[in-house]
Amino acid sequence: MSAASSPPLDIDIRHEELDGRLAETWRTRPGFWGALATVDHKVIGRRYIATAFVFLILGGILALAMRWQLARPEGRLVSPDLYNQIFTMHGANMMFLFAVPVMEAMAVYLVPLMLGTRNIAFPRLNAFSYWIYLAGGILLWVSFALNMGPDIGWFGYVPLSGPQFSPGKRADIWAQMITFTEIAALAVAVEIVVTVFKQRAPGMTLDRIPLFVWAMLVTSFLVMLAMPAIMVASTSLILDRLVGTHFYNPAEGGDVLLWQHLFWFFGHPEVYIIFLPATGMISSMLPAFVRRPVFGYLPLVLSMVTIGILSFGLWVHHMFTTGLPRLGESFFTASSMAIAVPAGVQIFCWIATIWDGRPVYRTPFLFILAFFFTFVLGGMTGVMVASVPLDTQVHDTYFVVAHFHYVLIGGAVFPLMAAIYFWYPKMVGRMMSERIGRWVAGLTFVGFNLAFFPMHILGLQGMPRRIYTYQTDVPWSGLNLFVSLSTVILAAGFLLFFIDAVRSARRGEPAGENPWGAPSLEWATTSPPPPYNFARIPVVTGRNPLWDERGDMPVASGLRVDRRELLITSVADAIPEARDSSPRDSIWPFWAAIATSAMLIGSIFSPWAVVWGSIPVAITLVGWFWPKGTPEDDA
Amino acid sequence: MRPHPRLAAAALLPLLTGCTGPQSALDPQGPNAASLAWLIWTFTAVCGLVWLLVLLTVGIALWRRRASSGAADEPLRPESATERRKQGVVIGAVVATVLIIATLTLMSFVATRSLTASSGEPLTVRLRGYQWWWEVTYTADSPDRFVTAANEIRVPVGRPVRLELSSGDVIHSFWVPSLAGKQDMIPGRDNVLTFTAERPGSYRAQCAEFCGMQHARMALVVIAMAAPEFESWLDAQRQPAAEPADEEQEAGRQVATGKACAACHTIRGTRAAGTVGPDLTHVGSRQTIAAGTLPTTRGALGAWIADPQTVKPGNKMPMVPLSADELRAVSAYMAGLK
Repeated sequence: MSAASSPPLDIDIRHEELDGRLAETWRTRPGFWGALATVDHKVIGRRYIATAFVFLILGGILALAMRWQLARPEGRLVSPDLYNQIFTMHGANMMFLFAVPVMEAMAVYLVPLMLGTRNIAFPRLNAFSYWIYLAGGILLWVSFALNMGPDIGWFGYVPLSGPQFSPGKRADIWAQMITFTEIAALAVAVEIVVTVFKQRAPGMTLDRIPLFVWAMLVTSFLVMLAMPAIMVASTSLILDRLVGTHFYNPAEGGDVLLWQHLFWFFGHPEVYIIFLPATGMISSMLPAFVRRPVFGYLPLVLSMVTIGILSFGLWVHHMFTTGLPRLGESFFTASSMAIAVPAGVQIFCWIATIWDGRPVYRTPFLFILAFFFTFVLGGMTGVMVASVPLDTQVHDTYFVVAHFHYVLIGGAVFPLMAAIYFWYPKMVGRMMSERIGRWVAGLTFVGFNLAFFPMHILGLQGMPRRIYTYQTDVPWSGLNLFVSLSTVILAAGFLLFFIDAVRSARRGEPAGENPWGAPSLEWATTSPPPPYNFARIPVVTGRNPLWDERGDMPVASGLRVDRRELLITSVADAIPEARDSSPRDSIWPFWAAIATSAMLIGSIFSPWAVVWGSIPVAITLVGWFWPKGTPEDDA
Repeated sequence: MRPHPRLAAAALLPLLTGCTGPQSALDPQGPNAASLAWLIWTFTAVCGLVWLLVLLTVGIALWRRRASSGAADEPLRPESATERRKQGVVIGAVVATVLIIATLTLMSFVATRSLTASSGEPLTVRLRGYQWWWEVTYTADSPDRFVTAANEIRVPVGRPVRLELSSGDVIHSFWVPSLAGKQDMIPGRDNVLTFTAERPGSYRAQCAEFCGMQHARMALVVIAMAAPEFESWLDAQRQPAAEPADEEQEAGRQVATGKACAACHTIRGTRAAGTVGPDLTHVGSRQTIAAGTLPTTRGALGAWIADPQTVKPGNKMPMVPLSADELRAVSAYMAGLK
């Protein structure tokens, strides 16, 4: 054992003792306050994922209510006012509270493990991000329960959302909920970029980064570039409503189309913020289910980067019917079509991977196959709506509803379900049921396609979106009834999924370290991983570490065990550069989130809330950063 | 290449039958909608074929190799020769994608250009959207010959119609799928949509941009009539409101002009000159009231006037308290305003 003067390093400690010492340093304290103060990316990641799925259930219930209403012409289940709240809530909830956060949440859990590090960068910011996200979600749903739910669509077009046509606080709640989720998403994006650039295991050069991590890196940059646009948009809307500015008032020199430009400059990349992580999941899962490395690593990375860049150049295709200049519209048709090329590259590479692999027909792979069927169809209708003249017939109809559900459910939710079945054993330590999993995959796949394919036809038959009912003089009732009945199958699939997820946490078969025989680093530690992730930091010599190494993995050592310490490596080649401390648990991010939430909610009602509310925020931030005399402080 | 919409439509007739209807993009009744329908079918065919090919390839990829028993299987080490061969195939597929995409882009561009080409002196109609109804103004050489109506556009067959679109409050979107693609009506901006109806008939249109509580009940009918018929109809519309035909209608006129009705509605030839709601001068001649909500019958008019907030909750027309006699009289008068 070392002398008191020099700190204890892992090389000085016998192997049997090491786990205990590291666990003592990294563990989350038991009890209520310990749970609030934790900064363990795995605990926060699991929480984030679970919360996002709760919002999925809530949003799904709203979808069923809408389908019930639309099953017959002149439906009377809900009033027009309530229906408009429901479809707005469904969209806003699914985009801002489910789809984006769940992808970030998967990254919060997986990225540090895949990179072979012990915690995410800025772990307290990570805790703060989760609390802010939760507060934003609660704000939206409590408002809805109080009949103050937004009723302006998830896109909040002015002037309908402006002070003149949306009196009351409904539109403000929508705009402020966006602020919450933006803060949460931006925080995670920063953490991921820094974690990826500086905390990779030694030897994990840029061309050995797992593809899911690449996807999250590109996504994080998209978040950082796109989210400011919506923050500007929603904040200026709040200003129009609260203090009488005229950003969007044409009578005072404002412009209503400015809103659409800002919203879609964010809104289109948003789609790829949801879709890119899903492609990363596919690329990272596929090798385990065809028993060979992924084909075309470099083209896959480059197509993700290309999609990321192109996604900022096609927002106008949401505005093809607003009467923009012809030349501009043609440009955006070309750019929207062009994104099919990198998307195609990904599909071709995956097929080439399957081509001479040996398929393993387990639940995650079934979802991947469902993804192919569904997403490619959604991509094809995407090419259709990219055409300006064609879009003038299908824009804002059920054709578009069908299209984006094919892309979002087929392209993101199916991969996500695959990912849950795939990584659940790592997160929980037990397998989900294979038998139920097949039923889930079958029911959701069949239910989805039966429910959403007919919507293409409804759209072409003239059924617009966002209508609370339709009359008997239009021939839409048959297909609508069929759609509504089919959603029951889809809902049953999801219900089984949730039952399985809850049941397996206690009754599932123990998973072991690597139940799928997968190649990446998260499978090199126990399931679930210990608080410190890896007792010794793995050293990477190839793209598929667990397949490349026969026998034991090489490891790096020399980190202190009496304080939380990480290995910092260089950006390009992941050469060890330094040891750095990682912050301990702290309750202050929780208080800071409470203070920030109070300020943001207060500012819906009075601009002065920003002034007075910033005082508690400042106090909690001082508490957050105040040195506590722990070993981590003297880094 | 000029598309042959009729030919394409004929070839696809069996599929088309399920897609007809008063408001269907696949049941075109004018050249614009016809070339759009042709574009939709062509894109669908090309994209559907590509989709089938992709899935077929996935199927073959799965079928050609024996399934693995699972995690215990030793991972395969790809051979460089097969990997290179596959690389060639993937590059070929990407090139094919680029070519298909480029062709579709070009077709889309050509279609856009063909939509704007129209011949003949157009009839200019101003359409202004309100929550949740449409104000229709037929222009003429001089403003005093303009005719204002609501919730119904009548057009002559074969003559291009130039719709000048604007909005009085929030964003709406005018969409009559059988005749043309949609165009938004945006406050502070003027948009134009030109279309031609080839055959006489009634074509349903509906607001396509979410515009608030009653977005679902903001419909409109486009009625295409033979040119001479249209001209005589327009002349009739220029006339002031019809005189009451009997005592009941006379009483109704008293109600309509004396009560709150006149504050919002105009009935030309009477004292009613409000401009907040639809012009009612010839309301009895329109097919529907409340923007496609109810047929224009005396009973429906009575129900609507008695309690507009139950028929179409949230609309801007308040309930004006009327006695049973007054209600009967005023609906008789309205129904008589042909």
